[in-house]
Amino acid sequence: MVETKKHKIVSYKTYGIILIALIILTFISVFVTRIDLSNLSIVVALSIAGIKSLLVFSFFMHLLYDKKMYSLMVAGVLLVMTLVLIVTFLDYSYL
Amino acid sequence: MEGNNSNDHYDHEGSKMGMWLFIFTELLFFGGLFFVYAISRYKNETAFALAAEELNVTTGAINTIILLISSATIAMAVSAIQLKKKNITLIFLAITLILAVVFLVNKYFEWGAKIEHGIYPGSEILQQLGYGEILYFGLYFAMTGLHALHIIVGIVIILIISVKVYNEKIHAERFVQLENTGLYWHLVDIIWIFLFPLFYLIV
Repeated sequence: MVETKKHKIVSYKTYGIILIALIILTFISVFVTRIDLSNLSIVVALSIAGIKSLLVFSFFMHLLYDKKMYSLMVAGVLLVMTLVLIVTFLDYSYL
Repeated sequence: MEGNNSNDHYDHEGSKMGMWLFIFTELLFFGGLFFVYAISRYKNETAFALAAEELNVTTGAINTIILLISSATIAMAVSAIQLKKKNITLIFLAITLILAVVFLVNKYFEWGAKIEHGIYPGSEILQQLGYGEILYFGLYFAMTGLHALHIIVGIVIILIISVKVYNEKIHAERFVQLENTGLYWHLVDIIWIFLFPLFYLIV
């Protein structure tokens, strides 16, 4: 049978606002890495990339509107990746 | 409203869950490459910073913005199909396709310039550079290459989906294939969101 459950329809305007935010964040990350902040610039650049991907996950990929289960699963995968990264770095830091 | 094939099995939630599981394998796949990058950079910090200056930040930034816009337009296509606006859906998909092609054209010229300067995996000029530079450009070509391959696959899928929307196989009551294509495209976008600062912006 055809699905009867209602899906949340996100307005064009919401996507437009998120797009503008993403583009502004891109400019900020370019600008911040052009001025010399030494080791801080990589932290800032990656933090901005993190915020941008959070926006894409939440709005474009509908995690904000979908069942909580999807967000939990994404969080789980990101947690696994973080743990693997930490363990890998522990390995390389004490060679 | 009845679908075109209302008798066969259709499970929107199940299909979407399957797509997310696929996206997780992709995240772990690219994640592994990002870990290789992280360790390589940690071990060869100066070489990576020097090699990164070879890349054109403007080209990278333009490609970032192109992908962000294409992500927004395919998301809008998913809204349009639910609003029963077939033509608007097709327009959004067409814009997404054009932007994807523009991204690849930029990438072609970018890679072309590098190869022209003798920088490609296994090239003589690259062999004369240090170990760190070899690692950096190896990862650059491998990761942006795999990403570009995902863009090409995305273009093929979006083309197929557009035909299905045109033939009304995908419509307001049955649009999970379009939604899943959107999810895939956003994933490709997210990967680029990290590739851009890591390869173009670090100095």
